[in-house]
Amino acid sequence: MRTLDKRTKVTRRRFLKTAGAGTAGIIAVVNGGIVMGSGGAWAMEVKTLRPESMATLVQMARDTYPHDHLADKFYAQAMIGYDASAGEDAALKAMLEGGVDLLDATAQARHGGGYRDVAWEEDRVAILTSIEDGAFFQKIRGGLITGLYNQPEVWAKFGYEGASAEKGGYISRGFDDIDWLEA
Amino acid sequence: MAKTFDLNDDSVVVVIGSGAGGGTLGTELALKGIRTVILEAGGRHEIDDFENDEWGMFGKISWLDARTTSGDWRVAKDFPGLPAWIVKAVGGSTVHWAGASLRFQEHEFKVRSTYGDIAGANLLDWPITLADMEPWYAKAEDRMGVTRTHGIDGLPGNNNFKVMKAGADKLGYKSCHTGRMAINSADRDGRGACQQIGFCFQGCKTGAKWSTLYAEIPKGEETGKLEVRPNSQVLQIEHDSSGKVTGVLYADAEGKQHRQKARAVAVAGNSIESPRLLLNSASAMYPDGLANSSGQVGRNYMRHMTGSVYAVFDRPVHMYRGTTMAGIITDESVNDPSRGFVGGYEMETLSLGLPFMAAFLNPGAWGRGFTSAMDMYDHMAGMWLVGEDMPQETNRITLHATMKDQHGLPVPDVHFDDHANDIAMRNHAYRQGAAVYDAVGAVRTFPTPPYPSTHNLGTNRMSEKPRDGVVNKWGQTHDIANLFISDGSQFTTGAAENPTLTIVALALRQADYIADQMGKNAI
Repeated sequence: MRTLDKRTKVTRRRFLKTAGAGTAGIIAVVNGGIVMGSGGAWAMEVKTLRPESMATLVQMARDTYPHDHLADKFYAQAMIGYDASAGEDAALKAMLEGGVDLLDATAQARHGGGYRDVAWEEDRVAILTSIEDGAFFQKIRGGLITGLYNQPEVWAKFGYEGASAEKGGYISRGFDDIDWLEA
Repeated sequence: MAKTFDLNDDSVVVVIGSGAGGGTLGTELALKGIRTVILEAGGRHEIDDFENDEWGMFGKISWLDARTTSGDWRVAKDFPGLPAWIVKAVGGSTVHWAGASLRFQEHEFKVRSTYGDIAGANLLDWPITLADMEPWYAKAEDRMGVTRTHGIDGLPGNNNFKVMKAGADKLGYKSCHTGRMAINSADRDGRGACQQIGFCFQGCKTGAKWSTLYAEIPKGEETGKLEVRPNSQVLQIEHDSSGKVTGVLYADAEGKQHRQKARAVAVAGNSIESPRLLLNSASAMYPDGLANSSGQVGRNYMRHMTGSVYAVFDRPVHMYRGTTMAGIITDESVNDPSRGFVGGYEMETLSLGLPFMAAFLNPGAWGRGFTSAMDMYDHMAGMWLVGEDMPQETNRITLHATMKDQHGLPVPDVHFDDHANDIAMRNHAYRQGAAVYDAVGAVRTFPTPPYPSTHNLGTNRMSEKPRDGVVNKWGQTHDIANLFISDGSQFTTGAAENPTLTIVALALRQADYIADQMGKNAI
């Protein structure tokens, strides 16, 4: 049957054309207002939120809906809109900054470092579980449902082909091509 | 060019809503030469406006006006502001419906006699029988081009169907096929054959699927007897001192109010808006709302026992390719109380695109338990479970005490508690659905909870006696001769089957009755 190539086909830096030298490791804050991904694969400018907060939100997004076949840039894409929204909504800004502070404080108490410094995903998830009924977590989680899964760029990585009408539907493209069922 | 009618023309029949009930009724009245105005709350989006984009179309055509929920149903927790997933546009929910077109079974018109007295259920026999409905079902099936009726071939089975069929065969189910679907399997009625696009819920890009938007309303408009006025939200039905309705007050896209006079009014706004409108039309003469001497307006809200089962296999399925619901197992739709519940349910293929799967597979879930399921999206098969739920007087549409809509009218609250029979049926259906997939090697199955209601039924129910319901066997209100109900809210009980075919059949039957009554000057 016809299956999809799930490899990333295009590698390009996102959001900013240049963002200084690449940093080692995971999501990092480079300098004033720039948050950058591993190897400089993506970068974003943050104007309202603390850049450290945005970096933590991106990590939190991955820990909430972890897909090991998705690069961080897709999680960053899902979070970037909060910076502009926070600029127009003081209550949202307070919720996001307060939520990050709570994550960091909990991480500090449990592991002696910030949330992003906690090395094991399981330990970060335990921190998220401790706040999962709160408004901050539910805001981020709920937003990711569309923010992450409605990015057309991620669809092929799940084997989903998106719009089909302009391709003539699937009548000649595998609507009935399953080949492993026993007769 | 479609005719337009004057606001003061009191010879017209006003139909409120343009979906399966209103769109069919308005068109059929026009074909009979009766001057008709359809007032549709939503806009007119033709096929060119449809997109293969789940959230994009959701935002474009869904009924998103404020509503509240209460009761113990899970929808109230997962989607508190969205009790129903229906369409606000010309064509109503026939724009996004799946196309499944099944007749009710004989016993489903007489459930009180068949099931007996079920505690907590407000069961009632319909005042009509399957025999009464058979000619109208036949007419509706022909008009809609339902596959496996009138010599029309079934649709070809897609990958999702083939998985269901293999499992059904292994489990010993006897009746599994690609359904009776109002989707063309070959060119018919000026519309082409299904191209297996998927995206049936986002509006059919080829028009192969029947919808009042393009398969009915244009035929009515061609007669010069039908005007469809979009962006016209009816706020109130008005009456004179004799109690007869005289017209409706509605708001246009700018919120400006107009009064359309009418000889008769037919309400087809779906089972939430229709009772809401009757309740919001309360007057000194009708203090509890129009047609509500029984106190049953808004009560007995049904939404079908629903749920889904998705299953992951070790090899790919690509369930989203092709017709969404062209697959059915009917073996469990019988009434067999030995299963621990009365009534039955259908098992129908269903797929969601990745964006909707993320929202609906297990609302609220997060972490690797959820994401490992999503990672196997292209290895999933899926089915919808839809069965008869029990009418309960306390499941009802009421007017919210404080919240108002953009026109200053109280918003509807949708209260629903699952009946014990609904829960027993759902649990049985989850087990059987999983068994179908386990039989062909599923490695993991998911009992997915109900989506916001797509089948909204029963809130102006049909009854033989005026004290038991809102309308008589013609959908004419017991209290007001020239006021009709023309949508699924007139259902006495819900049956196991998808409701659209029955709504269309009732609308065609009602059109005959209205024409007859107008001819006799009875209305």
